[in-house]
Amino acid sequence: MPYFLNNADDQRAMLKAIGVESIDDLFAMLPRELRLDRPLDVPPALGELELTSHMSELAAKNDPAGSGICFLGGGSYDHFIPAVVDYIASRSEFVTSYTPYQPEVSQGNLQVLFEYQTLIAQLTGMDYANSSLYDGGSAATEAVLMAMSVTRRPGRVLVAGSVHPDYRQILATYLTNLDVELVTLETPGGTLDEETLRLAANDKTACLLLQQPNFFGCVEKMETLAKIVHAAGAALVTVVDPISLGLLKRPGDAGADIVVAEGQSLGTPMQFGGPYLGILACREQFLRRMPGRLVGQTVDRHGRRCWVLTLQTREQHIRRDKATSNICTNQALLAVRAAIYLATMGPTGLADVANLCLQKAHYAAQRLTATGRLKLAFQQPTFKEFVVRASNGRVDELLAKAQAAGIFAGLPLGRWYPELKDCLLLAVTEKRTKAEIDRLAGILSE
Amino acid sequence: MSLDPKSLKYTTTHEWIYLEDGPGGAKTATVGVSDFAIQALTDLVHVELPEVGRKLQVGKPLGEVESVKAVSDLYSPVDGEVIAVNQALILPDPKTKSVNFDVLTDDPYGTGWLVKIRVTGGQSELLDYETYKKQCEELE
Repeated sequence: MPYFLNNADDQRAMLKAIGVESIDDLFAMLPRELRLDRPLDVPPALGELELTSHMSELAAKNDPAGSGICFLGGGSYDHFIPAVVDYIASRSEFVTSYTPYQPEVSQGNLQVLFEYQTLIAQLTGMDYANSSLYDGGSAATEAVLMAMSVTRRPGRVLVAGSVHPDYRQILATYLTNLDVELVTLETPGGTLDEETLRLAANDKTACLLLQQPNFFGCVEKMETLAKIVHAAGAALVTVVDPISLGLLKRPGDAGADIVVAEGQSLGTPMQFGGPYLGILACREQFLRRMPGRLVGQTVDRHGRRCWVLTLQTREQHIRRDKATSNICTNQALLAVRAAIYLATMGPTGLADVANLCLQKAHYAAQRLTATGRLKLAFQQPTFKEFVVRASNGRVDELLAKAQAAGIFAGLPLGRWYPELKDCLLLAVTEKRTKAEIDRLAGILSE
Repeated sequence: MSLDPKSLKYTTTHEWIYLEDGPGGAKTATVGVSDFAIQALTDLVHVELPEVGRKLQVGKPLGEVESVKAVSDLYSPVDGEVIAVNQALILPDPKTKSVNFDVLTDDPYGTGWLVKIRVTGGQSELLDYETYKKQCEELE
């Protein structure tokens, strides 16, 4: 895109063209007391050299995952990103295109997004996937809204306490002004108990929001829980870890009706918490309530295969206040990265990554609890994350000790769960080595 | 058999309504979409209708019609309970695996009816054929 100057002469010419004396006149309809009567308080302009140094200084204040050994997880993970992801995704056609959805000029982008949707539908075992939402948390909320609409039960939503606390907060925020009862089902044992669910699920319930593996890394008894949810006529919405699907049963085969996920693990760096990738896939009956963009495959007038946005009639730019959702865009570039990642790994590659995570996480859990100073908080099967409890209760000391040795040891849970204030959540990805795990164990457990 | 559009009542939101005496003294309302609205919607791709037993309120949405261009709400002209839904608009054709909306385009006042409602309360202000026709002419 060319850079357009906007100097005093240009401004005068533009004001003259529209018949206005000054820029201030354009804001005349605003009450004077609401207008800023002084210049913005910003420092003077910097030259390119000074600006580059200034930005480098600011950037150096960051403490990125790569500057230490990272055992942090809880929704954002330090997985390996093959070089091919950056190589292909950094093509300017992907990086610089803005809303690349006009079929006349965007066949390449639309084709990749269609591939992305296909990969996600296959990975989750769902009939359809959209071309992504903003992040895992907002996708989870959109899925709950879909379930409320399709089941025609707008009054009651269940959420397991083992779902990411931030996701639950997003959901609560969205539902604040709706007439709906949001019921959190406690999970003191680390996973959702069947009896707890059975007592809460009734004929007013729209859905259960469940995370698999859950926020504590524990594997929920999803198939059993799905049966209880369905017996009540409700829908099962699951938040999954896409990497775990290299090993775990596909959610579609385990009873899920809508599947959402944080797609950051699929080829996107942790990058300070965002932008991330909201994955959303569903069964056919939910298709017309699906928010966001959906790319469809069709043929042009010459009979050639091509791609267009489809089912757009429910979106905000057409249906205004009655739209399915107020989201009418997607994370195209990160969806492209996820598609490249999944295509690169293939089913066997993804299974290898998942298996490495599983083995290394279990090795870490074993090493960390060997001396008894740390204990596993929950007796449940886990995938790549697990919770340990410090016998002396001082997780802050443990974290400080590890940080001094260049290790991000884990996420303290007290901020969300007061009863787990002596606990740490650790994530072990395929990137962690045996030596790194041994070093962590040496620092934390001795 | 198709109803005579001249004998029907209409809402300002383009539903037609045919009232007859039903069992137990309650009126039964058959509701459809006017030919004018069907033509305006162009190619239909989906119709969403309530399930039998659902309670409807006058003026509140009872379902929606979706064309390639837009999704439009259908509004209930009466308070009542759904007693029948036109299965031709819901069940897919076994051969094509998709619902055929030709009945709506070809016969909006007959085989293209939407729902039958047992009327339990009030009804919205209804227009006769001439008044409705005038409203449509003004829209054109």
